[in-house]
Amino acid sequence: MGILGWTWVFVGLTFSLYIGIAIWGRAATTGDFYVAEKTIHPIANGMATGADWMSAASFISMAGLISFMGRDGSMYLMGWTGGYVLLALLLAPYLRKYGKFTVPEFIGDRYYSTGARVIALFCAIFVSFTYVAGQMRGVGVVFSRFLEVPVNTGVIIGMALVFFYATMGGMKGITYTQVAQYCVLIVAYLIPAIFIGLMLTGNPVPQIAYGGTISPEGAELLGKASYQGQYLLDVLDGIQKDFGFGEYTAGKRAVVDVFFITIALMVGTAGLPHVIIRFFTVRKIRDARSSAGWALFFIALLYTTAPAVAAFARTNFLLTVNDKLYATEAPQWFKNWEATGLIAWMDKNQDGVMQYRPGLAFTGKPRFAEGAGDSGERMLVNRPTASDNEIYVDRDIMVLANPEIANLPNWVVALVAAGGLAAALSTAAGLLLVISASVSHDLLKGVLMPQMAERTELLWARASAAVAVVIAGLFGIFPPGFVAQVVAFAFGLAASSFFPVIIMGVFNRRTNKEGAMAGMLSGIILTAGYIIYFKFINPAANLPENWWFAISPEGIGTLGMMLNFAVMWVVSRLTKEPPKEIQDLVVSLRYPVMRD
Amino acid sequence: MDKQQKLDAYWRENLIYIAVLLSVWFVVSCVFGLLAADVLDHVKIGGFKLGFWFANQGSEIIFVLLIVIYVQLMNRLDRRYNVHED
Repeated sequence: MGILGWTWVFVGLTFSLYIGIAIWGRAATTGDFYVAEKTIHPIANGMATGADWMSAASFISMAGLISFMGRDGSMYLMGWTGGYVLLALLLAPYLRKYGKFTVPEFIGDRYYSTGARVIALFCAIFVSFTYVAGQMRGVGVVFSRFLEVPVNTGVIIGMALVFFYATMGGMKGITYTQVAQYCVLIVAYLIPAIFIGLMLTGNPVPQIAYGGTISPEGAELLGKASYQGQYLLDVLDGIQKDFGFGEYTAGKRAVVDVFFITIALMVGTAGLPHVIIRFFTVRKIRDARSSAGWALFFIALLYTTAPAVAAFARTNFLLTVNDKLYATEAPQWFKNWEATGLIAWMDKNQDGVMQYRPGLAFTGKPRFAEGAGDSGERMLVNRPTASDNEIYVDRDIMVLANPEIANLPNWVVALVAAGGLAAALSTAAGLLLVISASVSHDLLKGVLMPQMAERTELLWARASAAVAVVIAGLFGIFPPGFVAQVVAFAFGLAASSFFPVIIMGVFNRRTNKEGAMAGMLSGIILTAGYIIYFKFINPAANLPENWWFAISPEGIGTLGMMLNFAVMWVVSRLTKEPPKEIQDLVVSLRYPVMRD
Repeated sequence: MDKQQKLDAYWRENLIYIAVLLSVWFVVSCVFGLLAADVLDHVKIGGFKLGFWFANQGSEIIFVLLIVIYVQLMNRLDRRYNVHED
């Protein structure tokens, strides 16, 4: 069976599984819909959190991103895992003890303020929509690459599926589908990685393999017998240096900036509502702690494999594509993926050899002309740049082309497609639930119509989930140009708004309404202002010499968080302390059970 | 100890655990993996330069261990102070 056939089989099977789970897990009450009646086993919740967290970007793009950034790419690895330690130690058990449904609800209760709840709910909706836009697009892209349907059709199929299980099952349906989706995506990620590691180093554990030496088969594949027995990373450092990219294992970005970005990603992760809300679904407080551990374990399985994939792919790419004659020496996968436009070659110096060097080969994404060039390559109409580089490569290819590079059977390619879909759909569903809960529970029930009966609220929850799916789908079909720009927003806002108010809300009983409002607003204004200025108002000025203390817009959330903490502390001390019952609430969060 | 003192002691111990574990969290990621990475890179384990390894994998593995340790410590602490769930 061909790749296309296998892909339809895998996608069909996994989708039916997700639908089956949704029918089985229908929600009957609002407790069911928002937090699955707090009955999820910690290991299942860990898996669901893993799928919830790992998006299309983690699955498809991250390894490629690292392989082009080298050591600097570690900021994503550390940043997107470090937040779970904060969750386990500082947030999850206390929010679980508080025991209600949403993050804005906690903020509203703790700071005895509807205003604080409203700010929080709009932040939650904004952050989640920012994030979900990319997911729906991801679904469409996977469909179009692997199943040869138009991107928009793919988005609509994805929408229909999420619509079905999110509106019907709510948190319960979503949780168990996410468990299934985690299994699909981790298998799909590990299999190609294991085989490529085996091929290059003879070691079946990718995490260890990329620190190992190149095997005889690996040396043959890389086309140079003398590599046999050398450490893969040493070989990679050497060739990177030869071609002017700088050592792979050395940092290139300013350390201060990497530091700020890493912290912003860690703290942002811990402040993202769709992650926090997962810890509301377990039975006990100790389950909230342990399920954060399970979540990180399941995430780390993929996140420790990603840098291995990155190093394998980079070595392979530099040695089997670079400086090869296109007509006779280019690997087959190169030509296969050239057809999709993810990779392109412009023979600037007319020597028939593909030179890959630092810098862009030409401006913009590849636009192809009719016909073939002298070597048989696809002709491009883009304007060439002055650099010696002749190759355009989309970073996603480092994961997508993996199975072909490793000469794996067609069904593995199909599995990667199903894995990418699982990653995108699971994240989208988690985000949609946050949006739905923010609207029905926080805005309608909490602020506008407090008298609403539970049945009505459940109806509203479903309705707002449905509307959110449609809006998310529209974002996928008509992707706003600013999506890539606003991802920094999601983390920056989560870091500078939610994280500090929740931490202070739990650990400092003196923090009051005035402090929280002033802190949140100053954190948000600083972060949003900085990002808006450099990304939208004056993008030309987005250069290290114009940044404050060399901090890029991606890292500014860290500064926003510090400001939020400082303002909150000072303002709380200058204004009157919170009422007695609030202080008692804060103290009660500290103890799983208080016995007489 | 009366009840209030016991509860305060429980909370203090918890805060100490958190402070110690978060210090390790910061050191393995931001110090070993970033600020002092170039120094650690002089040490090699197999093909891995040590600073690079901490940034790539080591910090994540240690993150998981930190949570495991915290869970164990807290389960014991909850019992010792009789605030555990049944």
